[in-house]
Amino acid sequence: MKIMMSRTLIRVLILLTTAFLLFPSVSAAQEKEYQISVSQFVEHPALDAVLKGFQDYLAEQKIEVEYAVHNAQANMATAGQIANQIMGEAPDLILAIATPTSQAIAQALKKAPHMGDTPFLFTAVTDPVKAGLVKNLENPGSNITGVSDLLPVDKHMEMVKIFFPDLKRLGVIYNSGEANSKATVAQIQEEGRKMGFDVVEATVTKSSEVFQAAKSLVGRVDAVFVPTDNTVVSALESAIKVCVQNQLPLFCADVDSVARGAVAAMGFDYYRHGYQTGAMAKKILKGADPGRMPVETQKALQLHLNLQYAEKMGVTVPPEILSRADKIYR
Amino acid sequence: MSAYALIGALEQGFVYGIMVLGVYLTFRILDFPDLTVDGSLPLGAAVSAVAVTKGVDPILSLFCAMAAGFLAGTVTALLNTKLKILHLLASILTMIALYSINIRIMDGPNVSLLGSETVLDVFAVSGFAGYLAAPVAFGAISLAVTLGIIWFLHTELGLCLLATGDNPRMITSQGVNTHRIIILGVGLSNALVALSGALVAQNQGAADVNMGVGTIVAGLASVIVGETLFGNRSIPRACIAALLGSVVYRIAIALALGLKWGRFSFTPSDLNLITALLVIGALTAPQIKNRFQALVQPR
Repeated sequence: MKIMMSRTLIRVLILLTTAFLLFPSVSAAQEKEYQISVSQFVEHPALDAVLKGFQDYLAEQKIEVEYAVHNAQANMATAGQIANQIMGEAPDLILAIATPTSQAIAQALKKAPHMGDTPFLFTAVTDPVKAGLVKNLENPGSNITGVSDLLPVDKHMEMVKIFFPDLKRLGVIYNSGEANSKATVAQIQEEGRKMGFDVVEATVTKSSEVFQAAKSLVGRVDAVFVPTDNTVVSALESAIKVCVQNQLPLFCADVDSVARGAVAAMGFDYYRHGYQTGAMAKKILKGADPGRMPVETQKALQLHLNLQYAEKMGVTVPPEILSRADKIYR
Repeated sequence: MSAYALIGALEQGFVYGIMVLGVYLTFRILDFPDLTVDGSLPLGAAVSAVAVTKGVDPILSLFCAMAAGFLAGTVTALLNTKLKILHLLASILTMIALYSINIRIMDGPNVSLLGSETVLDVFAVSGFAGYLAAPVAFGAISLAVTLGIIWFLHTELGLCLLATGDNPRMITSQGVNTHRIIILGVGLSNALVALSGALVAQNQGAADVNMGVGTIVAGLASVIVGETLFGNRSIPRACIAALLGSVVYRIAIALALGLKWGRFSFTPSDLNLITALLVIGALTAPQIKNRFQALVQPR
């Protein structure tokens, strides 16, 4: 009898566990108005801010959204699987954050006939045309559009020039394996030719090499610029340390880095980037045709300043910069 | 897990299964822990993607990728056998060198294949729906590769490969040059990994220099999951187990992606943790089953 009891008990337990594991999604009622599936490439302050901005905008607009957020944790194979997972979720709108995940979603959409009408928004993609996502920025066609984070490099360089009117050599630290950075560095060189300064490149392949790369620039450049490079920005502190020790001013392309110790950045607020993407999502959910919405770039640029680090890196802040700054860290 | 996610997991399981077979060759047959694969997977992808965008036939591009992968493996093996660098370090050196080489090949970190002709078009034309073309094509290719390896390991050369891994001293005394066998084996393994990378790129619509990150981890996990669940008593069995291990590994990830318990859902950043737990679950399932049986049917 005792054996019978334990047997039944175990069987019931196994059954319950299986049911609990397999069918819980059925019980989760979908009461929200819209379903949005998100595929993010990696956990990263900038990309996280994009998602936050996107969600905040839709929340402020009182649009009720049920999110399914996925993160590939920087693994391309997982990005492919997430794309398939999203095809199964059949949401009202797909949001892909960063280039590799956007490419994976675009490819999965081509193979899923039932998703033919699902709008697809990409964001934080630097060059959507080169990435093969759209043929044309003005008129993307099909159901794809989004926001490009192509840097306004000319504006950045103008800012550096105001700090250093006779800038001769600008050092740039970046990861040669990041498509975004490579595009940016080509633009910086272009601006350098126009404005009359040389670009000294220091490349890294992983975060641990940033310290060495920064040191290699000491004595060879007047100032250092760091583009929105995931690898370098994640190890920015090591570059800042080298720059403070050697009185080299460090400028960045994203404003989040100013709080960490860059002298100044003109730019790119990834939260606003996501916010802007949210506005596009609202239009699409309310019936606009994504194929006819031009790919947007960041509208609002912000100037952030860090006076404490400007002093540590031995640079005086010109008054015209000081008066224009949107945010000043002291 | 939806049908799409399951089909996607099968697709990924098969296509990365070719890579797992390559890892099985070095790791289990040759007893040569080879980290080159983190570089040769994107190498295959890069070569194939560049070839396709230059107008080469997508199928022909797969052979170009395999040749490049073979070469990469040869470099690792030569560093090990001729220059006497420890195998682990030799493969790491090749892997990091390949990072730069891959960027050179692609003239940048990423080459898009969206809109280009791919191997899958051949299968799509033959009447399969778009979403079934990839799993069917990759299932067929990976099965063909598995059978090819089983056949190869039964040839005289294949037996030399097995013997080199098992007992190098014995096989040397038989007059076989183990250096040549190691070079051939590691080359072959990386040719398979590169083939896998080329197919992944054509399937995902892009080759990316960072796509190789974590290849060896997935490869080893798949080999071991396969062995534990499906056994390794004979060569054919072990080869098929390696392929199936890859499928199980990808299904674990698909499960982790879709996991949601009513109101409680994991945050996206928990993905790797859940995947690890699911794989541990799969590995210990046979033991747990045995214990349960002992508990339920006391003698």
